[in-house]
Amino acid sequence: MPDPYVPKEAIGHGDGGSAALAIGEAESLERRPGAPGAGPPGPEPLGKPRSLWSDAWHDLYRNPVFVISALVIVFLVIIAIWPQLIATGNPYRADLAKAQQGSQPGHPFGFDTQGRDVYTRVVYGARASITVGVCATTGAALLGSLLGGLAGFFGGWGDTLLSRLADIFFGIPVILGGLVFLSVVTSTTVWPVVGFIVLLGWPQISRIARGSVVTAKQNDYVQAARALGAGNGRMLLRHIAPNAVAPVIVVATIALGTYIALEATLSYLGAGLKPPTVSWGIDISTASTYIRTAPHMLLWPAGALSITVLAFIMLGDAVRDALDPKLR
Amino acid sequence: MGRYTVRRLLQMIPVFIGSTFLIFFMVYALGDPVAAMFGDRAPDPATAAQIRRDLYLDEPLWKQYLHYMGQIFHGNFGTAFNGQSVTELMASAFPVTLRLTIVAVVIEMVVGIVLGVFSGLRRGRDIDTTVLVLTLVVVSIPTFVSGYLLQFVFGVQWGWAAPSVAPEAPLNELLLPGLVLALVSLAYVTRLTRTSIAENARADYVRTALAKGLPRRRVITRHLLRNSLIPVVTFIGTDIGALMGGAIVTERIFNIHGVGFQLYQGILRQNSPTVVGFVTILVLVFLLANLLVDLLYAVLDPRIRYA
Repeated sequence: MPDPYVPKEAIGHGDGGSAALAIGEAESLERRPGAPGAGPPGPEPLGKPRSLWSDAWHDLYRNPVFVISALVIVFLVIIAIWPQLIATGNPYRADLAKAQQGSQPGHPFGFDTQGRDVYTRVVYGARASITVGVCATTGAALLGSLLGGLAGFFGGWGDTLLSRLADIFFGIPVILGGLVFLSVVTSTTVWPVVGFIVLLGWPQISRIARGSVVTAKQNDYVQAARALGAGNGRMLLRHIAPNAVAPVIVVATIALGTYIALEATLSYLGAGLKPPTVSWGIDISTASTYIRTAPHMLLWPAGALSITVLAFIMLGDAVRDALDPKLR
Repeated sequence: MGRYTVRRLLQMIPVFIGSTFLIFFMVYALGDPVAAMFGDRAPDPATAAQIRRDLYLDEPLWKQYLHYMGQIFHGNFGTAFNGQSVTELMASAFPVTLRLTIVAVVIEMVVGIVLGVFSGLRRGRDIDTTVLVLTLVVVSIPTFVSGYLLQFVFGVQWGWAAPSVAPEAPLNELLLPGLVLALVSLAYVTRLTRTSIAENARADYVRTALAKGLPRRRVITRHLLRNSLIPVVTFIGTDIGALMGGAIVTERIFNIHGVGFQLYQGILRQNSPTVVGFVTILVLVFLLANLLVDLLYAVLDPRIRYA
């Protein structure tokens, strides 16, 4: 729970009618509950000032972009865990006699070049993409915000070293690095891909985290906490982290979408996931050879992939708008 | 300005060494270049040992790296899998990719900035919302999907463009691949320009310029645009390096024999000199592009002065 008395609320913009109130103003209103019409009429009674998070939530659940993308993501996560719910077939079952045939009853998306049901494979493909996206983002966000946060807080040579290290990882072209790194891996699980994305993804998060910790560190309430004798750990966890975490969440949500696209690109180039894992990237790569004769084999997994990436990027966009109204 | 440039150039050195060493480490320590030379057959141990000695592969990794870098600075990048020298490959591949990148950058600059200015000046209206939604859709379609779709529609169905590019890669055949390569960045440029224009359109200096009777067109091009383009220039500068490295997908789809094509061949055949050599040059391009961007700041915004 974030500390309610931080300046960030002061910039948190109000909903529809009620103007954004500075904290002091809201408090003085609270103390004089009898004063009528002292503030602009809002749809809600002025009570405890809303924290950044409840303010953001208030914005989010009325934003159609957020609601739609969140619903799509919930749906994707559910079928990633239980694909059997909507696809009863077996994604590996091949019937060569039906190879490359188009849509027919019971098989709405048609068959791929080995006669496997495209619909079933599209549904089962969600698992690999979501797993890679969620795991890689979690890993990169934890590693990046930990390193970046500590570097920003303590400064000194560790900070310099980390910034240069991040520069080094930034200098490596992502797809090329992925091809080189993953071409020597023989494992068919998702973990090498996740590991690689974390390896190249953390510097982005750590830069953001470092920047926002440096900003939060200079706030008066942090200085006050230090003057009152708070230790480093307490200051970081209680005062700085809650106020520095918002930009990290925004960047991580958008990154999740791009990581899924990256995984598909690497799989398409033959370096990411490997069969027998069912992956949209692999299926698109196979189908690309036959795009002139059987475009449906490419279009369905490509559509699923694009919708997934779009949902995460839109979610990130909506969260950013809610958490940082200045950027709108 | 001069001192700043020198300081930045010096700062680039550790980053350059770090990045190239990382790639070097991945290629030489994780893969086995000698085994790759023999393809599917197992090499004769004595021959393998001899090759290892000839290629400095029996030395510790950091010594190999120093030796490699020493050779590079003498212009010797080694030999590719087909016996050509890597420098020859580069001489044929880099101009092609450079042309492709230039086409892509021009497209993303012209279309992106125009769209961004249009929607930024009409903030909140229908056209703005449409452009914003379109950019999100474009961002979420991976290049290899949009590449195949555009190739199929324009190249195969309608016959407007060549579906694959000749080895000489003439400029007119690179238009479609350039568009594919530019698409995602194009969307980012549009969004960046739009945000920046929308913010600055309400600035005092714009109101002043309008109030003193300057024509709207002049206010937009000379006052608003110049101040709004700084973040866009940053993005495009850093993007040049990314585009050259990211062209690997586009080049594969349209069969363009550029950097990405050669690198892909090098990785498939585990030819270490090709991979490390090309990536080294790409890292260098990326770093120099970043430096150029920082120096451009001062040109665009006279308030910024480098000591």
